[in-house]
This record gives sequence, structure tokens and C-alpha cells, in this order.
Amino acid sequence: MPDLGKYATEVMASYAVSLVLIVALVAVSVWRARSAKAALDAVEARIKRNG
Amino acid sequence: MIALLSRDLALAVRAGGGFGLGLAFFLIVVVLVPFGVGPDEALHARIASGILWLGALLACLLSLDRIFALDFEDGSLDLLATAPLPTEALVSVKAAAHWLVTGLPLVAAAPVLAILLNLPAMGYGALVLSLLLGTPALSVIGTFGAALTVGIKRGGLLMSLLVLPLYVPTLIFGAEAARRGAEGLDWTTPMLMLAGITCGVIAVLPFASAAVLRVNLR
Amino acid sequence: MASVWEYANPKKFIETTDRILPWVAGLAVVTLVGGLIWGFFFTPADYRQGSTVKIIYLHVPSALMAINAWLMMLVASLIWIVRRHHVSALAARAAAPVGAVMTVIALVTGAIWGQPMWGTWWAWDPRLTSFLILFLFYLGYIALWQAIENDDTAADLTSVLCLVGSVFAVLSRYAVNFWNQGLHQGASLSMDKEQNVADVFWYPLIVCMAGFVLLFVALVFLRTQTEIRARRMRALLARERLS
Repeated sequence: MPDLGKYATEVMASYAVSLVLIVALVAVSVWRARSAKAALDAVEARIKRNG
Repeated sequence: MIALLSRDLALAVRAGGGFGLGLAFFLIVVVLVPFGVGPDEALHARIASGILWLGALLACLLSLDRIFALDFEDGSLDLLATAPLPTEALVSVKAAAHWLVTGLPLVAAAPVLAILLNLPAMGYGALVLSLLLGTPALSVIGTFGAALTVGIKRGGLLMSLLVLPLYVPTLIFGAEAARRGAEGLDWTTPMLMLAGITCGVIAVLPFASAAVLRVNLR
Repeated sequence: MASVWEYANPKKFIETTDRILPWVAGLAVVTLVGGLIWGFFFTPADYRQGSTVKIIYLHVPSALMAINAWLMMLVASLIWIVRRHHVSALAARAAAPVGAVMTVIALVTGAIWGQPMWGTWWAWDPRLTSFLILFLFYLGYIALWQAIENDDTAADLTSVLCLVGSVFAVLSRYAVNFWNQGLHQGASLSMDKEQNVADVFWYPLIVCMAGFVLLFVALVFLRTQTEIRARRMRALLARERLS
């Protein structure tokens, strides 16, 4: 752990906020990509089955 | 075009047209401000020009959804769009009518309301001139916002979100010119910038408004 | 040689990005984690700013991407208007939330940095104000996409909004500059490497910027795929209902 001096709170806070935002954005994107893919696959399979 | 303009004006002045609504809103904003910031008259004098600009802008915003909504609902907008009149001219006329009905009364009312806020005497010229130059831009930009959201039900809030950021340059230069006037400074530069924005917006934005209106009526 | 417009075919786009995406994403993670660790653990504190200088590794790249995301949306909107490739419109849609998040990161890290350095969380400084306005533009753009049901109408309207918004964003930038001279230091970076950022801070910063760019590209690929699939599903369901 580097010595952050008297500004430790500020530095940690900005890293924490940014990382949380980035991770949330990535998580939402991946989750939506997965669900969209699954939903599309399901619909396509059903249409193929029904002719 | 003139027929359309006079029709819009007649519709607006008739009962239920909302002619006085913008003015009433402007008055209420100006009356409420002292309640919000306290009765200090020196403070009022300092912020008067900004409050008047902001009030005029909000009053203008409030009446935007009337530009197309009523015509869209009763189908006359489709007729107008298929008329031989180019859509660009249609939106320009609509913007002009909106300015005559909303913007011009606001400009006329501003000096009266300025008395309530103790605007310094030397500020009146700059205030009226800046509003006179700035409100056409507000109407034209607002017409673009109204054209964007014409097909959307309950689009009023969305339109505010779209239009307000577009108002930023006009507001900055207009309020800056009025503020400098009230403080007795030289206001030529912001006033010229404001005039430039208004001219540019009037020249270019009707094309964008017409494009989105055509998309929405497709 | 195939033309670049081939990738405007949604199917081709999904196939290609599927192949590239793991590499871009992996590279993004490596550079981002590497750059941030380098910056956080292995750079000295600045003699004036103390350790707050480490915030630069988040602040500058996110601000960079906040603007570049809008530029990318502008280009994609133009492509949609001129050539009407659906992928282009959907890519613009996919990029908007990423750009908005980048703007928030830039604003928040800037505020946290400003508190000890300028003695205030927020100042109505031209750069800060312009970023706030940019954020409002992102919000309006995203809201307009969500408000319209018809995909083509939404794409048309949002792309015009993006064009008009770009002009007004630039106008606002100059207006705000005129309105208030700021606290913010001038661009601390440029391609010819200004002297105000020392090498110790400069190299990890480059890595972080590359990481943010890669992250943006990966996210846009992924989100565009999502949009394409969602649209295809809507089309299939609509066809099913008709038959």
C-alpha cells in the first residue's frame, strides 16, 4: 500500500467511485447482452420448431 | 404562409389558446423569487436581469408543446405538411407565430416586472434589447424541440430535457448582456454574440426542425 | 478486399465482433488494471498536489472518453443519415450510456480532486460547466431513444438531435468560456507532450487512456450486439403476430 499522505480519503474515494461505476456499467452491459442473446435464441428456436 | 401565420395567431388569441398563460407564468416567477431569496432589495437589483431572463426562458418553454400538439391531434398538421408549402417554411411560420404570441409579450412585460425587482435604471435598455434579440432564438430552438417530440404522448417533460441544454448559449449571452447593462458596463460583445446566435439559429435550425417533423409524420 | 461497409450487415457485424470482442475486452482489462495499478502504487506523490495527483489516472481518461464517445455518436449518426445502416444507428445508441457514465466519472473525480486542491467541490468553471452541459445532452439523447417505439423513427430523430446537439455543445463551450474565466488548468496533455506533466505521471497515464479507449470499444461492441439482437427479436415477434 503506498503512502497516500493526508489526501488518502480523496484518492481512495475517487478510485472507489470510478471503479464501482465502471464495474456496474460492464455488469449491466454483459447482463443485458446475455439476456438479449438468450431471449433471441429462444424465439428463433421456437419459430424454427413451429415451421 | 401569411394565411397560416394569421390562422395561428387567431387560434392563440382566441379563448383557450393560452395567449396569456406565458405572461402569467412570467409574472408568478418574478413574484416568487423575492420569497425564495429574501426581501433584500440590493440583492434583487443584482440578480434582477438574470431572474428576468430565466423567467422569460421558462415561460417560453412552458408554451412550446402547444406549437404542434394541437395541430397534430386534430390532424391539421398532416394537411399542412402535405400542402404545397415546404415543411421548412411551415416550421418557420410556426416559430414566428410562437414568438409573436409568447416572446414579444414577454419582452414587453419584462420592463414592468423589472420594477418589482429594483433593476437599476440604466439596465432597462440592455434588458429589453437582449430579450428582443434572444427570444426569437428561444422560439426557433423550441420549435425544434417541439418537432422532435410531437408524436410522443406526454412528451412535455422529455421536451424540456431536450430543449433546455440547447438554450444554454442563448441564456448565457442574453443574461450576460442584460447583467452588464444593469451594472453599467459595456454590453456590446455579448449582445453581438446573442444576435449572432439568433441569426444563425433562424437560418439553420428550421431545416433540422423540418427534417424531424417529416420523420414524425411519416 | 472487402469494403468496410460490409460490417454494416448486422449478421456480419455480430460474427466479426464476436471474434474480436474477447481480445479487445481482455486487452482492455489488462491495460486498465495494469495502468491503474501502476499509477496507484508505483508513482510518487506530486510535491504540490500530494497523492491527489493519482486521481489523474481516472479523471483525464474518462474526460477524454466522455468527449470521444459523443464524437463517435456524431459520426455514427452521420453514417446513419447518409447511408442508413442500422448497425450505425444502434452503435450510437449503444455508446450513449457509456459516454454518460464516463462524464459522471470525470465530474465526480474532478469534484473530489477539487475539494482539497481548489478548496471547493464545485466551481462554475468553464470546463466543469461544459461537462455538466455535455452530461445533460447525453441524458436528453438517451431519453429520446427510450421514448420512441418505432426503431427507425427513433434512429432518425436521435441522429438529428445528435447533430444539432453537437453544434450547441460547441457553442455552449465558447459561451461558457466567455461567461467565466476558469480555475481549471489548461489541457495538461497534448500530443507534443507539454511540460506540465512529468514523465513519471505521463507513462501510466497513457496506459490508462489506452485502457479506457479499449474498454469503450469493447462495451460499444457488446452493447451494439445487444441492440441488434433485441431489434431482431422485436422483428421476429412482430412477424409472428402478423402470421
